[in-house]
Amino acid sequence: MTLARELLDGFIAALRKLGAAVLFLVEILKQSPGALARPALISQQVRNSGVLSLIIIMTSAFFVGMVIGLQGYDSLSRLRQEDILGAGVALTLFKELGPVVTALLFAGRAGTSLASEIGLMRATDQLAAMEVMAIDPIRRIIAPRFLGAVISVPLLTAVFNAVGVLGAWFIGVQVMGVDNGAFWSQMQEYVDPPDIYEGVLKSFVFGTTAGLVAVFEGYNSPPTAEGVGMATTRTVVTTSILVLILDYTITAYLI
Amino acid sequence: MPSGETPPVGPGEFCYPAPRLQKGFNLPGDNLVEVSGLHFRRSGRPIFSGLDLAIRRGSITAIMGPSGTGKTTLLRMITGQLRPDAGSVRVAGLEVAGLPREALFDLRRRMGMLFQNSALLTDFNVFENVAFPVRENTRLPDALIRQLVLTKLHSVGLRGAAALMPAELSGGMARRVAMARAMVLDPELLLYDEPFSGLDPISLGVVLRLIRLNNDALGLTSIVVSHDVAEISAIADHCFVISEGRVIASGPPQELAASSSELVRQFMAGAADGPVPFHYPAPDYATELLGEWP
Ligand SMILES: Nc1ncnc2c1ncn2[C@@H]1O[C@H](COP(=O)(O)OP(=O)(O)OP(=O)(O)O)[C@@H](O)[C@H]1O
Ligand SMILES: [Mg+2]
Repeated sequence: MTLARELLDGFIAALRKLGAAVLFLVEILKQSPGALARPALISQQVRNSGVLSLIIIMTSAFFVGMVIGLQGYDSLSRLRQEDILGAGVALTLFKELGPVVTALLFAGRAGTSLASEIGLMRATDQLAAMEVMAIDPIRRIIAPRFLGAVISVPLLTAVFNAVGVLGAWFIGVQVMGVDNGAFWSQMQEYVDPPDIYEGVLKSFVFGTTAGLVAVFEGYNSPPTAEGVGMATTRTVVTTSILVLILDYTITAYLI
Repeated sequence: MPSGETPPVGPGEFCYPAPRLQKGFNLPGDNLVEVSGLHFRRSGRPIFSGLDLAIRRGSITAIMGPSGTGKTTLLRMITGQLRPDAGSVRVAGLEVAGLPREALFDLRRRMGMLFQNSALLTDFNVFENVAFPVRENTRLPDALIRQLVLTKLHSVGLRGAAALMPAELSGGMARRVAMARAMVLDPELLLYDEPFSGLDPISLGVVLRLIRLNNDALGLTSIVVSHDVAEISAIADHCFVISEGRVIASGPPQELAASSSELVRQFMAGAADGPVPFHYPAPDYATELLGEWP
């Protein structure tokens, strides 16, 4: 009885938060034209969060690519189909692993730093000071950071995919001896534009999610050291869960 | 502009058309800020219960009161960051809580506020911190911004610190930078939240003189929240003492110091116990100490 009650309360709290986040998104979108009028602020954020995540994205992508190259080779060679390794790797990366893993890594690296940066600005009255100076913090601080994430994540996903394919090629072709021509031509043969679109759509949705969660948690964090720390943690947890749920939803919808 | 209609221009106004020069705006003697019947609760506890005060245009008004009585909260209501539960806060004749967003922002462009903890933007150096409101609110050319910022930094004695980051400043220096930032657009109302705390005697004297000088030379109205009774009494034209949600005394500082009210004398003399309670509301001390562990 009490467990059901707690679950219900938790569910209601989650719905409340979702509602607040949607309203916050609407507010950001309202201020986005003003923010877009100053592209320098946004490109600075793309650079900040993009560069922050680039090394970790590339390293992870190379290892992810190598492991699916290895696993793919192992499975396919049992069916004597190693030639389609390139196609299999590309589809897995472009449609699933690229967007998902990039978004998860972005949340861990750039999302947390966004949330704590904004949370600290709140805790030290910097946001309040801006308001008193007749400067809207949503337009000046939040919107550029959100838009920076929406732009960075698809770009980082593209990098992830490219490096991942290289990793798989290295293991499959260089180490395991799959035919180089077959690797690339089978990839060309089986990867169609809709597969790419699916990945691009996902990376935009995940970028929006990661950006929104980070700025929302930062902006609404209690103005204490503990509050900022909790907001940072929640950024990773919430983004990860939402990305996985959305990933399934989009896939199910498109298939 | 025909010279007959040119309003007097104060120093520091040479590059920014301050809105207070608009016609009919500088009537002497009226109230710039009027608070009446203010009620406000936070976490269920009343902060204000029927606060009334009026601040005359062109004056320096001190707001005093024990820690936690809501002085900062009052400033936040004047700038429209908090809304009263009941009662009204009017600035320049406008009901702050009822203003639509754009109008509120317009009103805020006519105010400057010095935060209790300075609230400098940690990503920018001192120069950019002071330049920030100018860059965001005007389209002045860089050369002019530079002049404006350096003038203000010079007046707080920190022109030499222009390239430092906020993390490299002492508390007192940060306070003075925040002060330069609050005055950079020559507002007509300046709110100072505890401008003296943590200052050495020399910078305290400088800040004190700066508040008076700004006020008189630029025709500002200043509200200074402070605990430093002696210091603030030296420059304030009028004082309000707030305790338990109301104004318990008001008047010129000399008058308050000579007041027959025990309450006011306690505050002005800084006695720990008296009619103004030193303790945050709490259950009886002995009962709580000897009582059950919760
Ligand atoms: N965010 C908040 N939530 C709940 N209560 C708050 C909050 N901020 C302040 N208060 C309460 O409001 C009261 C007034 O706070 P305020 O900061 O205005 O005091 P103050 O007069 O400026 O004190 P000080 O002189 O110490 O700066 C305090 O008792 C505090 O407990
Ligand atoms: Mg205070």
